Amino acid sequence: MEKTSNSSVFLLTVNGQIEGANFPDYDNLYCKYCYVYGHDWAPTTGLEEGITQITSKSSQSHKLIWNFPLETTFKSTNPSGWPQLVVSVYGPDVFGNDVVRGYGATHIPFTPGQHIRTIPMFVPEPTWRLQKFTGWLLGRRPEYTDPKVVAHGEGREVTRVRSQGFVTVSFHIMTKDMKRMGYDTGPTNSSTVQFATSSQSRDAQ
Amino acid sequence: MAASSDIREKLRMKRRALQDTLVKNKNEDDIQALVPSAKFNVDNQPTAMKEAEGSDEDPGESLRRTLRAQREKRKTKLLLEQPFVQDEDVGEVSPTQYNSPNEGPSSRVDDSVVSTRPPTGSQRGVSVKSEQPSSSLHLDTFVTRHLQEKLRAARSKGESLQQQETSKDSSEPVSRLQRLKDRDTITRFDREADPVSSGRHDDPLTLRSRVKFQEQARRVEKDFPTTEEAYNFFTFNYEPDQPSKPESKSKMRQKQRDGVEEDDRDENGQEEAEVEEEDEAEEDNQDQNEFQSEEAPLVRNEDNLFVIDHLPQDFVEVRKAEYVGFKKRVQRDCELLFTPSFRAVPTSVKLPENTMPRFLEDEGLYVGQRPAVSLTNKNISENRILKMAEGSKWFGDDGKILALPDPIKESSTRPPLFHMDEELDPALQTVYRKAMKSQYANLYIAGATDPEGDYQLDVDVSGLIFSHHPLFSREHVLASRLAQLYDQYLSRQQNNLTGHLTEKLNGLRKALRNMMRIHGEQGSSEALQHRISEYSLEVRNTRQLRDLEQEKDRTLLRSIIKVWKEIKSLREFQKYTNTPFKLFLRRENVDRALDEWEYEGEILKEVLELEAESEEQYQKKLAEYNKQLEDWKLWRKKQKAKQKKKKKKSQTQDDTEEEQEEEEEQDQTESEDQFEEDPVKPEVPERPDIDSLERWVREKASRIRRKPGEAILVPELCTSGGVTASDLCPRAEVARREDVSRRSLFIKILYNYKEVSRTDSCSLSTDFRVHFGQIFNLKVLNCPQSINLQVFEEIGSSYSLLAQVFVPVPDPSVVTGRAPIEEIEFSSNQHVMFDHEGVGSDVPLSFESDGSNKLTLLTSGKLSCCVSWGIGEEGVPLAPPLSQHPGGTHRGLGHLDAVSYIGASGLYDMKKIGEWAVQSRLDPNDPKNTSIMHLLKVASSGEVTAPDYFRLEHLQEEFNFVSDEEMESSKRFRLLRLRNQEAPEFRNYKFVPLLEREVSDKVFQDYEKRLKDGETIDTRQHLNPHRAVVAKYLQQIRESVINRFILTKHHYQLSDLVIEEEIPSIGILGINLFKLAESKRPLKPQRIERKKVTAQNLSDGDIKLLINVIRAHNIPIRKPQSSKPGQSSQSAVQGSDWYLSQVQVRPFVEVSFQRTVLQTTTADGPNPSWNEELQLPFNAPNGDYSTGSLQSVKDEVFINIFDEVLYETGPDDKSRATSIHTQIEKHWLGSVKIPFSTIYSQSKIDGAFKVNTPAVLLGYSREHGNTSVYDQWRSTQGGTFVRLFITVEPQLVPGESVREKIKEAEFNSQEDERLLQASEKFEKHAAGGYPDRPCITTVIDLSGKTIFITRYIRPLNPPQEFLDAFPNNPQEATSLVARYVSLIPSLPDQVSFSATCDLLSTCDQFLTLLAGDEQEHAVLLCNYFLFLGKKAWLIIGTAIPEGPTAYVLTHEQSGYFIWNPSSGQFYEKGDTFCPLQTVGCLVNSDNVWFNIQENPSPLHTNFDITKVKMWKPFFSRSFSHPGLSSVQPEELAYRQTDKAAAAELQDRVEKILKEKIMEWRPRHPTRWNRYCTTTLKQFLPKLEQSRGQDVAEGHRVELQNLLGDYRISGFPLHLPFSEVGPIIEAVHSTGVHNIHSSNVEFALAVYIQPYPNNVPSVWVYLASLVRT
Repeated sequence: MEKTSNSSVFLLTVNGQIEGANFPDYDNLYCKYCYVYGHDWAPTTGLEEGITQITSKSSQSHKLIWNFPLETTFKSTNPSGWPQLVVSVYGPDVFGNDVVRGYGATHIPFTPGQHIRTIPMFVPEPTWRLQKFTGWLLGRRPEYTDPKVVAHGEGREVTRVRSQGFVTVSFHIMTKDMKRMGYDTGPTNSSTVQFATSSQSRDAQ
Repeated sequence: MAASSDIREKLRMKRRALQDTLVKNKNEDDIQALVPSAKFNVDNQPTAMKEAEGSDEDPGESLRRTLRAQREKRKTKLLLEQPFVQDEDVGEVSPTQYNSPNEGPSSRVDDSVVSTRPPTGSQRGVSVKSEQPSSSLHLDTFVTRHLQEKLRAARSKGESLQQQETSKDSSEPVSRLQRLKDRDTITRFDREADPVSSGRHDDPLTLRSRVKFQEQARRVEKDFPTTEEAYNFFTFNYEPDQPSKPESKSKMRQKQRDGVEEDDRDENGQEEAEVEEEDEAEEDNQDQNEFQSEEAPLVRNEDNLFVIDHLPQDFVEVRKAEYVGFKKRVQRDCELLFTPSFRAVPTSVKLPENTMPRFLEDEGLYVGQRPAVSLTNKNISENRILKMAEGSKWFGDDGKILALPDPIKESSTRPPLFHMDEELDPALQTVYRKAMKSQYANLYIAGATDPEGDYQLDVDVSGLIFSHHPLFSREHVLASRLAQLYDQYLSRQQNNLTGHLTEKLNGLRKALRNMMRIHGEQGSSEALQHRISEYSLEVRNTRQLRDLEQEKDRTLLRSIIKVWKEIKSLREFQKYTNTPFKLFLRRENVDRALDEWEYEGEILKEVLELEAESEEQYQKKLAEYNKQLEDWKLWRKKQKAKQKKKKKKSQTQDDTEEEQEEEEEQDQTESEDQFEEDPVKPEVPERPDIDSLERWVREKASRIRRKPGEAILVPELCTSGGVTASDLCPRAEVARREDVSRRSLFIKILYNYKEVSRTDSCSLSTDFRVHFGQIFNLKVLNCPQSINLQVFEEIGSSYSLLAQVFVPVPDPSVVTGRAPIEEIEFSSNQHVMFDHEGVGSDVPLSFESDGSNKLTLLTSGKLSCCVSWGIGEEGVPLAPPLSQHPGGTHRGLGHLDAVSYIGASGLYDMKKIGEWAVQSRLDPNDPKNTSIMHLLKVASSGEVTAPDYFRLEHLQEEFNFVSDEEMESSKRFRLLRLRNQEAPEFRNYKFVPLLEREVSDKVFQDYEKRLKDGETIDTRQHLNPHRAVVAKYLQQIRESVINRFILTKHHYQLSDLVIEEEIPSIGILGINLFKLAESKRPLKPQRIERKKVTAQNLSDGDIKLLINVIRAHNIPIRKPQSSKPGQSSQSAVQGSDWYLSQVQVRPFVEVSFQRTVLQTTTADGPNPSWNEELQLPFNAPNGDYSTGSLQSVKDEVFINIFDEVLYETGPDDKSRATSIHTQIEKHWLGSVKIPFSTIYSQSKIDGAFKVNTPAVLLGYSREHGNTSVYDQWRSTQGGTFVRLFITVEPQLVPGESVREKIKEAEFNSQEDERLLQASEKFEKHAAGGYPDRPCITTVIDLSGKTIFITRYIRPLNPPQEFLDAFPNNPQEATSLVARYVSLIPSLPDQVSFSATCDLLSTCDQFLTLLAGDEQEHAVLLCNYFLFLGKKAWLIIGTAIPEGPTAYVLTHEQSGYFIWNPSSGQFYEKGDTFCPLQTVGCLVNSDNVWFNIQENPSPLHTNFDITKVKMWKPFFSRSFSHPGLSSVQPEELAYRQTDKAAAAELQDRVEKILKEKIMEWRPRHPTRWNRYCTTTLKQFLPKLEQSRGQDVAEGHRVELQNLLGDYRISGFPLHLPFSEVGPIIEAVHSTGVHNIHSSNVEFALAVYIQPYPNNVPSVWVYLASLVRT
């Protein structure tokens, strides 16, 4: 559809990084990320998708560190369909087959500032136990047809998943023109003022 | 200790080994011994350990020294046992040798052996000797020698290290290691034997002794015996019951620790005796004895070991985790664990003793229904609770566990809505109400936006005074009582009620007196009399009140004095004062005479009044008496009269009986009267006694009034008294005071149940007052609902809630500064008790010496606080306006609980409710049921008519986002809504503008136009108005179907979301196993399935269409240019080109797809073989590679066969000698077109395709002659074929059929449910058995309903003209009909409905739409054939290239014929070129037969459907045909052909085609040969008439004659007509326009023959002419 240039939009800048993950049982993992957003959103700059390096655990720490930068700016006209970051982690299994180790998604934080999100990861479970075995043997675990499935609620009821680990992502969010458009996501500044004197108190509500 | 246990274990093991060699049976005693001893060990080891640890080094040393001599003595004896402990020795040597290097061997032996069994040494020795004396002796000597050697070596080595290591005070590493080494395996091994042996318990032989022993063991377990007991025990002579010995010995432990040698001797002696006794028994027994005796001392001597040889090494030890045998563990568990039994607990246990269970329900109290708990669970928990301390408090009076009523409602509270289908009652229609701003929200907004508009609530918490506190001493209690009384006194004093009343009384009396005077003077008027009596009554009341007040005053004063006296006595008694209170009694002396006079006067007045009163009363009574007396007298008279009468009656006895009876009756009534009235003679009232009155008055006065002349006592309470200092007080009081000083209090301020602030914590003063003096300014945003002050008491760091005080929300007029401080009382029911002077709270307390008159005091006090609205800077009160004040909490109650609301008013049928209430036996006492009960009462009384409907509009309005009008008028919202509804225009609309004004009106133009144009039809785009209608209709159907699919798209299956390996069946696994053995390169390799790719993540260029052109055969061959008719091609040698092209034909294949054209190399001959692979890129429309979009790709693959012809152009003069110029022309020979949707849905197409060749191919001829019965058909049938393999790379996952989903989505059906189930079963079965054979029993009609397929088959009339055309030749009619059907354009369902969904229209719909897929063609054809009287069936099968399709089968005399409905051609059953590949099932109007024959190809199929082994019928005997009516119309009506329209169409098509050809040749002039065109035009109707057959030769010759000097190549194209587009496409694909020769001319003729119902047959004759 045609888009007039002078229409008003607000901007959401996502900086940050996929810091690392905590998968107690697995090693040598890499991570893919992509964004899922609604119709009224469009990325203006930055990478929309990415894939990290393969990282392995150090002998001391059990954390996988990627430190993979995210830098994307979105423009939008409607907060509905607020972008979600979808991460999926892959790594070799015992036989060296590349299998999925987890899917997860989180909304990009609404408020400007610094945020850290720990995304719980999960993988779809095989339907039958025998499939689990053959999948393990052949290195073909069940996967989502599209990692973006995890950002949607529709149709999830037919799947069964198992939790796997956590991915930590840090965000630095900036917004432009949100408030001007009437979307106030920041904390109200008036209510945060604290009175120091003992004889004064603020209504909690 | 551990070491010793190790040793013990090792010994045991060794011994067992020995025992095993000696004895195999008789383990019973062993068992006996083992188990208890083990138990014993468990019991005693810890204590032993403690003892060992507890003892210091020094005592150990000394003990050791004392015992050393003892040991020395034993040594020789003990050495005998060495063989059994030599292993340990190795380990023990090194630690011991440091201790006593001098006596190394001995001490070492001590460590190992002495520790194990000094007392039994002798016995042991005996027994061993008896068995194998020599070896043991030998070993002994050997071992000692060996050890000595070792010791020497170690000593020399260790001497240097010795000092250092001993000082270390820790165990030696080496020794530890060794010890560990030794320990290993043995322990484990040994322990394992325990459970094994425990399994053999049953031996009657030793049962008796065992019992005895067990008794002993039990006793041992209970407690340690005293020395006496022990002595008795030993001296007592047992039966030869060895196992008890270990126990006895262990009991002796304490003695032994004292170094009593005698005991040892005793033991030894006794044991020896026992052994001797036992000698009589079998040897095995002895052995066991040995064992036991061995065991026991081990245990006992642990202490010895520690006492004697305490070394640092011994204390610190590393040892393995101890293995605990199963049995032991079970025993231990039994001690620790409690398993509640699930047997019912008797009620008596649960209740306090001697109480009967009390059932509240029987007493008429409401008892709720208890929650359902299974009996076992209940019993278990009861048992468990009983086990607990204070378990009984969990049981109620009825002996059951206390339980709240079952909170679960039996049924949902929402009443069912019965009238679902009917129109809603108008009263129930939803009504729109505009969203109201809630008052809270209003307040909130006012506060939030404007900080100046804040409301401020000032809460002033000034202080707290306890009227009782747990820390009150007795004196405090009294003092506070005194203070209270004094307060009361003061307040009374202030009110001065007594004074007031006295004054009033005096006034009244005066007034009365005046009145009396007037009365006396003027005589009595009625009104005055009345007033006087009123006054006197008033006086009397006032006097009584005054007396009461005076009495109160008096008692108050008295009690004040009493309490003060009590305080004083208490102070004296306890010799200290705690409170500063002092009561002074001020005496106010009065003038005695005056006082007396007043007093007397008062009494006099009162007496007078009383006299008057009593006089009055007397008069009244007297009057009453008189009246009664009168009555009585009257009655008496009557009575007498009666009696007289009676007497008379008795005299007249001879009266009739009746009379008598009457009399009697009368009598009776009279007597009844008598009984009724029976007036007693009234007594004369007494005269009131004046004297007694006066006496009474005086008495009262003395009681309640100050005696005359007595001084007035004015109590004055002051706090000037000193409090005794703490150091002078007794200890308990000091403790109390300390406790007081530890306490502090603070107050939390809760606003609307949320804590907003709290005061500082202030310590409790000794007078139990706390002063806070804090003012809190609450900035209020929310409407105040409650202000709550919570009093917390803090002791140290912990604090507890003491009490809550609710402060009323102040009126807006109450402003800070003007509001008085209020004292609000509070109290707490906490239970506190102290062990010091504090009296506690909720504790009975008595001030009497005998403890009687107890009173229980609760913590209580007064909180002085003040809540008011703040004042702003300009003195404006910061209070919310009055209107915004909510009506308080009660307002919300009715609203908030919608359920309770429903409960009362939402029930609409009173009668039913009544019935229900009766049935369910509602408890009317249940508070939950009150509303229903009330309702029922109201309903039954009929006072109020309850509303007969229910509306739940509760909170609904608050959730409305905007009003509907606003929603409708806002363009943005409309856009968002439409997108959400997935309206086609907005389905993927991006960037809905943020602001209303940015939404352009243009956005909706398309949408609105579509809505508007729903009915109107745009004819311009279509050549034929009817076509336009059809197109529109198709569009509508498509939309409705798409909407359906959008719905079904939201039904997800697992496979939609998760890619998963399919589970391999066992068969596949087996095959895979076979594969391992397979050769690596099989001779006949199988095609490996490629990986399928989901279409989502593809982009342009990813998908390629692979077309493998393998070979063709029977391609037409060229004819000599100027051959005469009848001339054979071989003989034709004219024309230069003939020589150039020696070959008959040089064909190549050109494949065009999406305007990409590729071609193969040129081959030679009519049967060429190319075997070339062509790759064509595929681009999805709009780059959308979703499944749905791919399915709707309408593009077709054109495979054209051309003949490459080389012409020598006229060489120019210059280079005539040196060069030849040739020109390549390609002549179209035929084409195959395959829709992409077919390729996509089948993923690969492999086979020989019949090339669609024109009926006439100028300049070419076919070799085949016409021989068969249907010769004219045969000729085409034997036409050109091309073998192709087409696929898509990568393989795309075909959109799975929506059929399943449709079934899920319940595309409603009018078919019987049973039929649907049967058909589903049938199809499933078919798919299971023969997955490659299509089987269809149900189809979906255009309205989306599932319909059984046989309903479609019904004889239908073809157009009458076909029947009339050849009345005598049914064959001709048949072919005409088939041709007619084939002329209806084909439109695959996939394309039209964008999903693989079979929609089957009925024949009339089909003829109206004039578009359909093969199935519709087949159905129509089949129906026509049936009408023609043929036996016809529908064949559901697969064909090339259509894939799953439908054909028609007819049965005639000559055999079975298979008709292709979309081409109109037929094939014999045995025809190898039949495109039908598999026959899935046959359908006619009666039944469906599924092909269960081995080979499904029509060649091998037996079409005799009566054979059950070959055809499985759907309707069989078990499930007979239910008589399904047909969905087809009775008769088809045909519109007549419109010749004029056809002519017009013909012209238009011709014009368009000509324009197109010129357009395709942009750089060359296009000349049209008019003459040729007209000639061609004449041919076309002939072709139509002959249906394209058999005219080629004739007209070619004719043409040749006409255009002798032209080299002509051309062909007629025959097409069904739907739109112009396909015709243009077809013309383009022939490539006629591609001839670039300069002198080329073209000829184009179009002929359209209309058939009924607007089915035109289109002929396009194309020719190119080159002047030679």
